[in-house]
Amino acid sequence: MTGTRAQTAGEATPAERAATLCDAVLAGDRRSLARLLTAVENRTPLAEAALRRLYPMAGKAQLIGITGPPGAGKSTLVAALIAELRRAGRPVAVVAVDPSSPITGGAVLGDRVRMQAYADDDGVFIRSMASRGHAGGLSSATTAAAAVFDAAGFDAVLIETVGTGQSEVEVAATADTTVVVEAPEMGDEIQAIKAGLLEVADIIVVNKGDRPGAHRTAGQLHAMLADAPHEARPGRPVPKHPEVLVTTAATGEGVVELLAALDRHRTTSGRGDVQATRMARAEAQIWAVLSDRLRDRARSMEAAPMAAALLGAVAAHELDPYAAADRLLELMAGTGASSAGSRD
Amino acid sequence: MTDRPLKVLIAKPGLDGHDRGAKVLARGLRDEGFEVVYTGLRQTPEMIVTAALQEDVDVVGLSILSGAHMTLLPRICALLRDRGMTDVLVAAGGIIPDDDVPALKESGVAAVFGPGTTIAAVAEFLRANARPRD
Repeated sequence: MTGTRAQTAGEATPAERAATLCDAVLAGDRRSLARLLTAVENRTPLAEAALRRLYPMAGKAQLIGITGPPGAGKSTLVAALIAELRRAGRPVAVVAVDPSSPITGGAVLGDRVRMQAYADDDGVFIRSMASRGHAGGLSSATTAAAAVFDAAGFDAVLIETVGTGQSEVEVAATADTTVVVEAPEMGDEIQAIKAGLLEVADIIVVNKGDRPGAHRTAGQLHAMLADAPHEARPGRPVPKHPEVLVTTAATGEGVVELLAALDRHRTTSGRGDVQATRMARAEAQIWAVLSDRLRDRARSMEAAPMAAALLGAVAAHELDPYAAADRLLELMAGTGASSAGSRD
Repeated sequence: MTDRPLKVLIAKPGLDGHDRGAKVLARGLRDEGFEVVYTGLRQTPEMIVTAALQEDVDVVGLSILSGAHMTLLPRICALLRDRGMTDVLVAAGGIIPDDDVPALKESGVAAVFGPGTTIAAVAEFLRANARPRD
């Protein structure tokens, strides 16, 4: 325990510590912001109390997801976007996710290598996160981290996923606008019509535009995706018709046009999309908290004699696990909302 | 949670272009279960300290082979202190003469690892000496 931490922490409750920390974050203290992000990643009681305070202040930022296969140029494109956003005077935060080892839990977080130029710029804050076993291309704390940046006044939050395959689409629910970055010659028209990543793209960027084949790849993607049906079938979402752009992130070529496309998606044609995305995000967040809480409740009940009896019965094959789970749910319903407010 | 990974920044201050050692260490610490933020070559002290602050790392690991360690390492330690980051462990590696080590430790470098140090030894030192987590 360091001196400063002992002083600020003391015997204060998580809610009191959260209030102090949030005040510092909102006042622009960058170290407090970094500390809060750590708490969010580690899902501490302090983080929950802080997120509850900050949530009403979030919702203003433009959340931009950047996803695509490894090596397509996501980090370089993020760096180019930072430069353009700063030129426009907008404060920018980045959440850059890289994979954790499934074997050791360790990670190499290397996205900052491409984003070096902003050490003296208080309007840029870059945070790397390990995925920590979370599938889907993000870490479980990414949505909450974006909300913290949003509340702290960052006007644009860039969320860079791990290098994705075909089906890591979680970013589409986390960001308002999802940019899928591809490299030239990554596939033909058949790749373009496969289900998965390209389906969730609001904007498709073919990066490395100085390479041969970039414009042909963009043309193929445009031809296949622009021909998608425009009318929603009853009960189905309207298919997206992503703009297809070509950039050379390393030189900045095409990045101004990308920013314009992002703003178009945010302000005009994509407004309904953004609202639908925000509803989906709200739903995902509530479900995540709800399932955490149910799991916590169920675990705390395992200590009770009744639950122990259930365990024994299932282990002995006298009761099936479905019936046991139903019994636990009944028990939880019986205990009502007694623990609802006890966590903070 | 006390078993979550320690977070380490690996950076190369100064102008030498030899980053093989830093990359091997980054990968080795990954295999030891650390979360390693790798920032690469030609970092100024300001860039390193900003990255350490934003990433909220427990450890700053500096690889330097240029001979400028007596200038750059104390500068980094001073900047960390200026930003209130006195609880961040600073360790250095590379080509650093034994005679310079006492002065570096005086300036705030907790350990200097020379050629031949095993990754296991570095990992053990970091686990034993990084700040306690809350």
